[in-house]
Amino acid sequence: MTDTDTSKINPLENEAIYIFREVAAQFEKPVLLFSGGKDSITLVRLAQKAFYPAKIPFPLMHIDTGHNFPETIEFRDRLVKELGLELIVRNVQDSIDEGKVKEESGRYASRNQLQTTTLLDAIEEFKFDACIGGARRDEEKARAKERIFSVRDDFGQWDEKNQRPELFDMLNGQIELGQNVRVFPISNWTELDVWSYIQKEQIEIPSIYFAHTRATFLRDGLIWSADDDVVYRDENEEVEERVVRFRTVGDMSCTAAVLSDASDISSVVQEIRDSSISERGARIDDKRSEAAMEKRKQQGYF
Amino acid sequence: MDVLKIATAGSVDDGKSTLIGRLLYDTKSLTSDKLEAIEKKSKQLGYDYLDFSLATDGLVAEREQGITIDVAHIYFSTANKSYIIADTPGHVEYTRNMVTGASTSQAAIVLIDARKGVIEQTNRHFFINNLLRIKTVIVAINKMDLVDFSEEKYNQIKSDFEALMSKRDYQDQNITFIPVSALKGDNVVNKSENTPWYTGKTLLDYLENTDQKDVYNTGTPRFPVQYVIRPKTEEFHDFRGYAGKVYGGELSVGDSVFVLPSQTKSKIKDIHFYDKKVQTASRRSSVLITLEDDVNISRGDMIVKENDLPTIDKQFTATISWMDSENLTTGKKYVVQHGVNKVLAKVSTIHHKINPDYSGVDETAETLKMNDIAKVSFKLNKPIFYDAFKTHRTNGSFILIDSQSNHTVGAGFIQ
Repeated sequence: MTDTDTSKINPLENEAIYIFREVAAQFEKPVLLFSGGKDSITLVRLAQKAFYPAKIPFPLMHIDTGHNFPETIEFRDRLVKELGLELIVRNVQDSIDEGKVKEESGRYASRNQLQTTTLLDAIEEFKFDACIGGARRDEEKARAKERIFSVRDDFGQWDEKNQRPELFDMLNGQIELGQNVRVFPISNWTELDVWSYIQKEQIEIPSIYFAHTRATFLRDGLIWSADDDVVYRDENEEVEERVVRFRTVGDMSCTAAVLSDASDISSVVQEIRDSSISERGARIDDKRSEAAMEKRKQQGYF
Repeated sequence: MDVLKIATAGSVDDGKSTLIGRLLYDTKSLTSDKLEAIEKKSKQLGYDYLDFSLATDGLVAEREQGITIDVAHIYFSTANKSYIIADTPGHVEYTRNMVTGASTSQAAIVLIDARKGVIEQTNRHFFINNLLRIKTVIVAINKMDLVDFSEEKYNQIKSDFEALMSKRDYQDQNITFIPVSALKGDNVVNKSENTPWYTGKTLLDYLENTDQKDVYNTGTPRFPVQYVIRPKTEEFHDFRGYAGKVYGGELSVGDSVFVLPSQTKSKIKDIHFYDKKVQTASRRSSVLITLEDDVNISRGDMIVKENDLPTIDKQFTATISWMDSENLTTGKKYVVQHGVNKVLAKVSTIHHKINPDYSGVDETAETLKMNDIAKVSFKLNKPIFYDAFKTHRTNGSFILIDSQSNHTVGAGFIQ
C-alpha cells in the first residue's frame, strides 16, 4: 500500500476482518468451511489479513461430495500446501456407505443435500463450535435474513423466526454446549464485490471460473458438464463442445455453466457487471421450489 | 468504493417493499431471472402491475401473510456507491427490529402514505431514527399518484412532520422531504414530470450525493482490543500486536496513548494493515497496533489518546430497547457486552418507560416488556470505559445478554 492511511480500504474488507477476529476470540474450536469456490477462497485471504503476521488460527474443512470438479480439488490441495494450513476432508461417500444417507437417483440426482449429514457429523466429531462459511445475503431471499453469527441447535438446525438481533457491530457468540454458530464474514458482499476483490487482490482461483472448452449438453435451457459418471444424461441429450465458464462452483451435478469467452479476471468482472442473470440462476438446487433454500437451511445446510 | 447502509421502516401498506423493489428495478439491479419470477407471481396474484415487494419479502411466512417480519438485507449498487438496505417492519410490535436495523445504518428512509399523512407510526419511526442518532433522514412521501401529485398535500405533510422535528432530541440530523410514487416510479430514480413544483433531487440522486464524511457521527478515537496477535515464529519472535477496529477518530504512529484499565502510558510504535505498515489508522479500519512499551494487554482493554479518557465507571444510566419475551425487572442480572468487552450487570433502577411516539413517559413502570424503550440504571461488577452515546455512537452503546438463554435481549445507549 502506498497510502499513508487506511481510509481507502474497502469497508466490507474491514468488516470481514473484524468478524474473523471476533471468531478467534470468542470460540474455542472454529473451522473454516472450504469448498474450493471463489467465496471460500476469498475467506482464506481475509483470514490471512485478519491474523497476519500469525498464521490463520483454525483449520479448513472440506465436505467432499465426490462430485467436485477435479480442477477444484487440485486447487484446494495446492492452496493449503502453499499457505501451510491444516485441511480436514470428510466424504459424503462415507455417509452413503455407512447407510446414513441415500443417494438420489434420476434426472436431477445430486449429492448437494446429502452434504448436510456429513457436515453435521463432522461438526460433532471435531466438536467445532464455530463454522465459518462464505454465504452471502445477496445470493438468495432466505439468506438475506441470515445473521453474521447464526446459532444452530444440537441438531444443526436454523430457527429463522427466533434469531438473535445483531446491533451495531457487536457479535454475541455465547452458546450452550452442543450448539454451534455459523459465521458469515462476507454476508454483506455481493457477487460483484467478491469478483472485484479477487481482481484487486490478484487472488488465484480455479481455472473453471474462466472460459474453456468443455463437453456439455443442454437441459432446461442450462448448460451441463457431460461427465456421465456424475451427471445423469438422457441418450437424446446430445453432447457438444462449447466454450463456457462457471460463475459458481458447487457439484458438477447441480452447477450449470454459462457460455462465455471471459478468459481473465478483468473480463470476468466486466461480464458480471453486464450480466442480467443472477448467480444462483445457474444452481438447479434452488429451482426445486421457491422456498428451497429456506427449507435446506432449517435442516442444517449451509 | 463507498458503502452506504440505509434503514427503512414502514407499515404493511405504505409501500416500503414496493419502493425498494422500484429502486432495484430502476437501477437495473434486478436480474432477468428475478424479474421473471416477479412477473410470474404478479400475474398469478391477478395484479395488472409488477409487485416489486415480491423482490424483498424473503421468508415463507412473510410471503404467505404478505408482511415483513424480520430485518432483511437488500443490496444494489450504482457506478459510484454500494447500497445496503436494512428493511424492517413498522408495527409497534417490531420496535426491536427497527432499532436493530437502524443501529447498523448511516441513513434512514421514513415512508409516509400521502393519503394518510403523519400517523402514529411515523412518529415512532422518526423517534427511533433520532434515538439511534442517524445523521441523514429522508422522508419519502409516497403514493403521490393517489393524491393527484398535490403540492398542497405535500406541504401539509411536510409541515406536520416539521412540528414533530421540533421535539427531537438529536437536532443535528439532516432531514429531506421527497414526493414519490414507488409504484409508478416518480422521483425514485427518475425525475417525475408529475411534480413540476418539486425542485429537489430524486431519492437515488440524493443518496448518490450524500457525502460519506457526513454520514458518520465522529468523536474521539477509541481502540478496543479484540485479539492479541503473537506469531511466535522465528521472523516475528517477540512480536506482540493488538488487533482491533478504530472508532470515532483516527490514530497515528507516535501518538501518546493510555491503555485502559491499567492507565499505563505508552506510544504507538507501528500500525499494520496485513503486510503493510501505515502512518495513520482511519476511523472504522481493522488494523494491528504495536506499542513502544511492553504493556500487558488483553481482549476488552482499550487504547485511547492521552488526555482523552472516556468515563471509567462501575455504573451507568442508559436508554434501553428491550427485545426479549421475558420481562426486564429491577434486580435482575444480565451480561453487558460493550463493544468486545463483557461484564456482569444488575438492573438498579427503572426510571421510566418512554413512549416512542413523543407522547411522554410512564414513570410507574416496574418491568419492561418486549419492544419497550426505557431509561434504566445499571451496576456493574467491573468498570467499563464508556462515552455518552450522543458523543460516541460506538463507545456509548451496548447489548444485554441473558446468561441463561444466551440470547441478545436488549440494546442500550448510555447517557
